[in-house]
Amino acid sequence: MSASSAFSDEKGGSASEPEYGHDPASGGIFSSDYKRHDDLKEMLDSNKDSLKLEAMKRIVAMIARGKNTSDLFPAVVKNVACKNIEVKKLVYVYLVRYAEEQQDLALLSISTFQRGLKDPNQLIRASALRVLSSIRVTIIVPIMMLAIKEAASDMSPYVRKTAAHAIPKLHSLDPEQKDQLIEVIEKLLADKTTLVAGSVVMAFEEVCPDRIDLIHKNYRKLCNLLIDVEEWGQVVIINMLTRYARTQFLNPNVNESLLEDSSEKAFYASDDEEDEDKKTEAAALAKRKPYVMDPDHRLLLRNTKPLLQSRNAAVVMAVAQLYFHLAPKAEVGIIAKALVRLMRSHSEVQYVVLQNVATMTIKRRGMFEPYLKSFYIRSTDPTQIKILKLEVLTNLANETNISTILREFQTYIKSMDKDFVAASIQAIGRCATNIGEVRDTCLNGLVQLLSNRDELVVAESVVVIKKLLQMQPEQHSDIIKHMAKLIDNIQVPMARASILWLIGEYCEHVPKIAPDVLRKMAKTFTNEEDIVKLQIINLAAKLYLTNSKQTKLLTQYVLNLAKYDQNYDIRDRARFIRQLIVPTDKSGALSKYAKKLFLALKPAPVLESPFKDRDHFQLGSLSHLLNAKAGGYQELPDWPESAPDPSVRNVEIPDWSKCTSRKDRKEKKVDKPFYSDSEGESGPTESADSESDSGSGSESASASDESGSGSESEESGEETESEDEEEDEEKEKKRKKHLDKTKAKKPAEESAESEQSSGTEDRKRGRKAVKNQKSASESESESESSESEDESEEESEEESESDTDIRKKKTPVSKQPPKQSKKESKKEKQEMSLLDLDDFEPAPTSAPVTPVNFLSSSLVSDLEGLSLTDTILAPTTIAPSGLIKLYELLHRITGEGLAVEYCFSRQPFSPDPNMVAVQIQFTNNTNSETKNLHIKEPRLQSGMRIREFAEIEVLAAGESVTVVMGIDFCDSTQAANFQLCTHTRKFFASIQPPVGELMTPVFLTENDFKKEQGKLMGMNEISEKLTLGEKCVNEHVIVERVTATANLSRVPCGSDKECRFAGKTVSSGCLVLVTVATKEGGRAQLTVNCEKMVIGTMLVKDIMQALSQ
Amino acid sequence: MIHSLFLISNAGDLFLEKHWKSVISRSVCDYFFEAREKAVEPDNVPPVIRTPHHYLINIYQTFQKLMFLFSKLGVCFIVDVLYRMCADYFGECSETTIKDNVVIVYELLEEMLDNGFPLATESNILKELIRPPTILRSMVNTITGSSNVGETLPTGQLSTIPWRRAGVKYTNNEAYFDVVEEIDAILDKSGTTVFAEIQGVIDACVKLSGMPDLTLSFMNPRLLDDVSFHPCVRYKRWESERVIAFIPPDGNFQLMSYHISAQNLVAIPVYVKQNISFFETGSSGRLDITVGPKQTMGKTLECLVVTVHMPKVVLSANLSATQGTYNYDPVTKILVWDIGKLNPQKLPNLKGSLSLQSGAPKPEENPSLNIDLKIQQLAISGLKVNRLDVYGEKYKPFKGVKYVTKAGKFQVRT
Repeated sequence: MSASSAFSDEKGGSASEPEYGHDPASGGIFSSDYKRHDDLKEMLDSNKDSLKLEAMKRIVAMIARGKNTSDLFPAVVKNVACKNIEVKKLVYVYLVRYAEEQQDLALLSISTFQRGLKDPNQLIRASALRVLSSIRVTIIVPIMMLAIKEAASDMSPYVRKTAAHAIPKLHSLDPEQKDQLIEVIEKLLADKTTLVAGSVVMAFEEVCPDRIDLIHKNYRKLCNLLIDVEEWGQVVIINMLTRYARTQFLNPNVNESLLEDSSEKAFYASDDEEDEDKKTEAAALAKRKPYVMDPDHRLLLRNTKPLLQSRNAAVVMAVAQLYFHLAPKAEVGIIAKALVRLMRSHSEVQYVVLQNVATMTIKRRGMFEPYLKSFYIRSTDPTQIKILKLEVLTNLANETNISTILREFQTYIKSMDKDFVAASIQAIGRCATNIGEVRDTCLNGLVQLLSNRDELVVAESVVVIKKLLQMQPEQHSDIIKHMAKLIDNIQVPMARASILWLIGEYCEHVPKIAPDVLRKMAKTFTNEEDIVKLQIINLAAKLYLTNSKQTKLLTQYVLNLAKYDQNYDIRDRARFIRQLIVPTDKSGALSKYAKKLFLALKPAPVLESPFKDRDHFQLGSLSHLLNAKAGGYQELPDWPESAPDPSVRNVEIPDWSKCTSRKDRKEKKVDKPFYSDSEGESGPTESADSESDSGSGSESASASDESGSGSESEESGEETESEDEEEDEEKEKKRKKHLDKTKAKKPAEESAESEQSSGTEDRKRGRKAVKNQKSASESESESESSESEDESEEESEEESESDTDIRKKKTPVSKQPPKQSKKESKKEKQEMSLLDLDDFEPAPTSAPVTPVNFLSSSLVSDLEGLSLTDTILAPTTIAPSGLIKLYELLHRITGEGLAVEYCFSRQPFSPDPNMVAVQIQFTNNTNSETKNLHIKEPRLQSGMRIREFAEIEVLAAGESVTVVMGIDFCDSTQAANFQLCTHTRKFFASIQPPVGELMTPVFLTENDFKKEQGKLMGMNEISEKLTLGEKCVNEHVIVERVTATANLSRVPCGSDKECRFAGKTVSSGCLVLVTVATKEGGRAQLTVNCEKMVIGTMLVKDIMQALSQ
Repeated sequence: MIHSLFLISNAGDLFLEKHWKSVISRSVCDYFFEAREKAVEPDNVPPVIRTPHHYLINIYQTFQKLMFLFSKLGVCFIVDVLYRMCADYFGECSETTIKDNVVIVYELLEEMLDNGFPLATESNILKELIRPPTILRSMVNTITGSSNVGETLPTGQLSTIPWRRAGVKYTNNEAYFDVVEEIDAILDKSGTTVFAEIQGVIDACVKLSGMPDLTLSFMNPRLLDDVSFHPCVRYKRWESERVIAFIPPDGNFQLMSYHISAQNLVAIPVYVKQNISFFETGSSGRLDITVGPKQTMGKTLECLVVTVHMPKVVLSANLSATQGTYNYDPVTKILVWDIGKLNPQKLPNLKGSLSLQSGAPKPEENPSLNIDLKIQQLAISGLKVNRLDVYGEKYKPFKGVKYVTKAGKFQVRT
């Protein structure tokens, strides 16, 4: 306003000016309307640009305030050709606002814009098109059409962008033009600049969202451009691609969802077992045809992931919904962190995000559990935010965290915000119904609230208690009595009604009080609210049926009162009930059943979240927010049964990989680590259809090129490494030959090992070949790159090197004890597996639990075939460093000279993979032979099994012999008891396994580990803080200690503060994941994720002990 | 799609309206006014209001904004556009700044959205299209008759780095970074931490000539739990090397924001001993608050302010503060105690009586305290910038890093 008031000073004389300048909002404007408008007209007609500008500024200011200036149209429109660009701009603003009202006059300006469209300055071309398309005059539709078509092939991307913006405008003006516009859209969709991409997709969404076929050819381009498109464009594109993906790809969770459903059911309601059986059957069926992700689906997920880090809340939300709707269950977890970050944002954004989080928590609770505390409520939050947070907290509640949540809720109940308090009480109610363990605690808490001073609180509690009591009324008659007393004080109708209903329903539990309550209520009947009256009638009827002696008169009194009530509903009810319960001469057939009608067992109410089933709306959309279809909402389609032809997305010339310089720059980095990600899932597919599509091929090639320098050095490193190993292997072989003599127990295994080692050599040779002909085949180059990336992901030249260092260090250590023959061979295997690891990405771990037959001799042929992707199925056992602990089974003295010791060799027990191998060493310390050593009469817990060792015929004096037996402990630490017999004696013996021996290592990548960990949250996670022992100074020691305690394998990890280990239980194959996170000051956090909680707890204890020593 | 925008002042004045499609009568706002009547606090007006033909999205900042839309896009989207619109341009956006610059705001809105779809929201571009008003420029303009409107298309709009304009020149090349951390915490009655986390941002003021490529590295990047970046930051470099590599926008911008979650231990720099009680009889209450330093890493606490939202029945407060001043607003029921610098030798204390509305029952609950504070030269998380390297340009810029810790949503329950 400073400028305009300056003007008024200049003008000085004009009477109306100061008033306007100083008090724009005052009503005085209208009074001097005519005068000033004349004034403005004069100014617009003058030749001075400054005057015109001044006038236009004032006019626009008036428009902004909503004042009508349409009478100035002729004067303004004359200035459309003005040379001054600022005046011009303001005239445009005016035109766009009023053209619709003054169509004829607006046409005067059209020629100027047409001229503008030919201007050499791209800014002017663009703005001419913008204004032209914004003038909503039907006559100029053909001109607009022409202009748009022309602009769509303009040199300047900015003009093309404007053209894309103009499309929906024209469409809304004249829907007839749709077909022509679609052509333009098709053309613009093929545009390769980031500037256009967002706008044209927006136009696509507005004009023809159902023409999904237009997207096919551009799908990969859009995915790849995405990161460089401006933020708003990203949002539109991501939303569109979500829909697209839903029509084109298969549901990645098709197998899991079935499984998950059944398991979740089993958790909460074990009664529908039949149903469950069916489901598991179905799941088994589904499992038979394994899901493979389309590489394009993977591409989308991979390229959107970095956008979670965007500063723009809308982009983050869009990616989050994309992941929620499209990603495999294990990967959805990554969005939680980003969404929690958005919670810091403005309260409006918070509101939207929380709505979406609330929906997500119902479907995938585990995802947000770690962030539970971020949803704690502050007293300063706006009420709607509080209630949403409460919703989320309630959804997140489970057996493990319920106590913390309830404690939180307790503070909320004291809040000043009464709506919020009421919501909190309801939330407690919901927790109580969902989690049986805390039902009594909740109920007691709620009963305490009944003595609260605030009536609203009491009323709400009554309502919730009513619902809870309905579930198990027998045990709580004292609460019902307590509530009966409350009726004197509570005034809130809903609460009164609830109490009356309760008393009526359970009048048998309070036979003395119920009639008395009715008596009191009859007294006050006329003054009650309608819902209370209805419940009084109800109560009367029920009492009449159960206890007619005492209440007959009362009931009749109440019914009489009701008969003359003002409310027809109540009168009707009274009439109906009287007919039903009071026996008269001509009472109908129904009255016989009155008792059944009134006192039928009512099902307990199900308290469920209002956000249930909201996820059929696309998350983040307005429709989801309102839980109703908003105008223009595009339904999110269901997954197709079978995937449409993926080849439609193939593009002839895949040159988009080199788009713009910046893009390249980013691309390099984008591609690199993600490959390894995708490898896990899409690896098999990609090799399977061996890449008919040139698109991703070229991409991977470029990726491997880019990482070239890095991977080369790594490769050389590896080679030296592998040489080392070869040497090692040779040594091992020698030793093994020697060992073969002493133990001929597991020929099968040994042969497999040698096979394997030869296989490795084969593979090495093969690998070199690959290096030579890098570009030979798609799948190869793919795996090449994945290999180098794999390394980089693990941080890792250094780390893998240090790994080998550790290994080297270990080797001598384990070589020292010469009698540990077993371990030697294992050692070797470990080395091989580590080598494998360096070479290739491990097997797809979507099913890490499936027992793998590592003895398969077909492995060799696999390796020869160099099919690279699924070769490494061999489980990798990383041997514990240090000595294997020996336990005593029979002491020399009790055994009368026969000493028996055992240890857990940590070898897989070949005859039965579900058994733990126990290595038993017999030493004969007597002077005579011991004969016929065998096991007899095992006394085992149910389910346990023992596979005995073959009888030892003769054990000469002073000799010792080692045998292996297998015990299936059924994943429990119960002892296996049996008798050890010699030819003369029997000894009772028992083997009790430490929990750490009940598992075998499983190899996981870091990502898989996280994925699996994500699945084992909540009560499956046990986490403890501990102080590391003095000797646990570095990672190395920790790894050693943990692997010594439990038979787990190390999982590579990007952080040096964390060590991760994975294994599975021997007998049931449940995953056991261990994380040790070290902190400053020798503190550490130990986390164990295991489905079997008992195992988890014991393992935590053991590892804690090992680490704190 | 954003259809129209209405700005409404706190008093209920509709002082700006802008339509991107056909004009919608301002009578739609009545739905909003109705909702505002119902909600007690302006905060509590539902963000989305449904009307028969439109959806009203309402955003409350220092004044109310209201918009109408047929939405195909996420709601988040629209909310975000709005915030960006004003804050970016004038630095602070209040009713008066908008009223003063109504024409510029209108032009800006026109420029930012086309047909309700965002066209250019990068503030650098907008500043070139329509130059922000400064005193100097308005003087120059009046004399020379030049205008505020740029004549050519901003170069950024077309380049692959839209956030930076070409041909930037400075005589003094400088790059300053402010690491600002906010502690969000909830402490319970006994002073134990219920929940605490750190939210940090790095604000940058980069005035460098040409096209510098900067790399910022931290001593301890692993501290950062979750990060979000300005679009200029190359995310992959961060993923792989944990450094922030970027070509900076010109001038002030927020480089990144980060989050250090509750899993890590968060140092709480202050403790509060409070005792607020209301008596059963006599309609009065007592209040006694003492604030002391806890884990301050040897730095002084500054700008310490304690805010208490009192229950409705509290009429007035008769208190005495050993340090600072207090103020009780009987209308909003907010007690503000401005302490200033905390002296560890002599802990500030606020003590006295509260008088309640006579006859009203004593309030059920105790009010919670919100604490505001500032610690200079300290990032409470321990985050440290290691170095800043400039590539692509020859000159040696001045570099500086400043650390500040503030209290974010820091609440003590009583």
